[in-house]
Amino acid sequence: MKVNVHVSLKPGVLDPQGRAIHHALEGLGFTGVNDVRAGRLIALDVADDTSDEALDDMCRKLLANMVIENYRIEKVG
Amino acid sequence: MAFTAGVITFPGSNCDRDMAVAIEAVSGKPATRIWHGDAALPDGLDFIAVPGGFSYGDYLRSGAMAANSPVMRAVAEAAARGVPVLGVCNGFQILTETGLLPGALMRNAGIHFVCREVPLIVGNDTSLFTTKYSAGQEIVIPVAHHDGNYYADDETLDRLEGEDQVAFRYAQNPNGSARDIAGVLNAKGNVLGMMPHPERMIEAAQGGDDGRVLFEAVFEGLSVA
Repeated sequence: MKVNVHVSLKPGVLDPQGRAIHHALEGLGFTGVNDVRAGRLIALDVADDTSDEALDDMCRKLLANMVIENYRIEKVG
Repeated sequence: MAFTAGVITFPGSNCDRDMAVAIEAVSGKPATRIWHGDAALPDGLDFIAVPGGFSYGDYLRSGAMAANSPVMRAVAEAAARGVPVLGVCNGFQILTETGLLPGALMRNAGIHFVCREVPLIVGNDTSLFTTKYSAGQEIVIPVAHHDGNYYADDETLDRLEGEDQVAFRYAQNPNGSARDIAGVLNAKGNVLGMMPHPERMIEAAQGGDDGRVLFEAVFEGLSVA
């Protein structure tokens, strides 16, 4: 089973990398970009019988830092 | 009393030798070097230092991989028993990732790696690590980091301030840290994490000895105990 874990900073947490990317986009002449938030995609290939609880546990224990980040689990097939 | 200190080394640690040199300079006894793969700590450690560097190449998040190494489980158990633990720079990041200290260290607000001497204001002056400083005293210790931007939610920050767990603040915030926090203590006061490097300020040849005072405080505090 292919699972994508999307890790992103919690709303309200300052994202210096997103801000720098935003500035760079403006520097390239792109207009109308209101905000940029940078995150991380972790692509897992796991056994088909892996439980949702186990996936949640992986995210909470390692893949995301729950102090500053949220995660979203997407099963892609 | 014989003083036995341990310094942990992870793949990618690069301040472990400096830490060991600082400890020996103050205590007169070489620190025990501990490898990250060791599941057990040597018996009778009085003090554990988690040094700076780039453990595991900062993969995933700074400190995240080291936090899950066998030796950190042993360090967490030792900390729970009351053994003093100092984490500097990457060591601070590792201690937050293990949950031994609250909060997280994020990318510097200015994006740049910051490597320079910074003035700090001492906060707590009653912990084992800080008794030889005075609250409000200004000291100078170098920082060298990319991820030193301390973050915790407001409730946690209020608690840290209310319980006198802020050990050091930046006089001029170099990285965007919440409330200028440069170093924090756990609730029991036996775990200190700080981004500045006290082990790089232990003698005049290094530009000052404001960092040596921290190690002296630990050594003298434990020798009296």
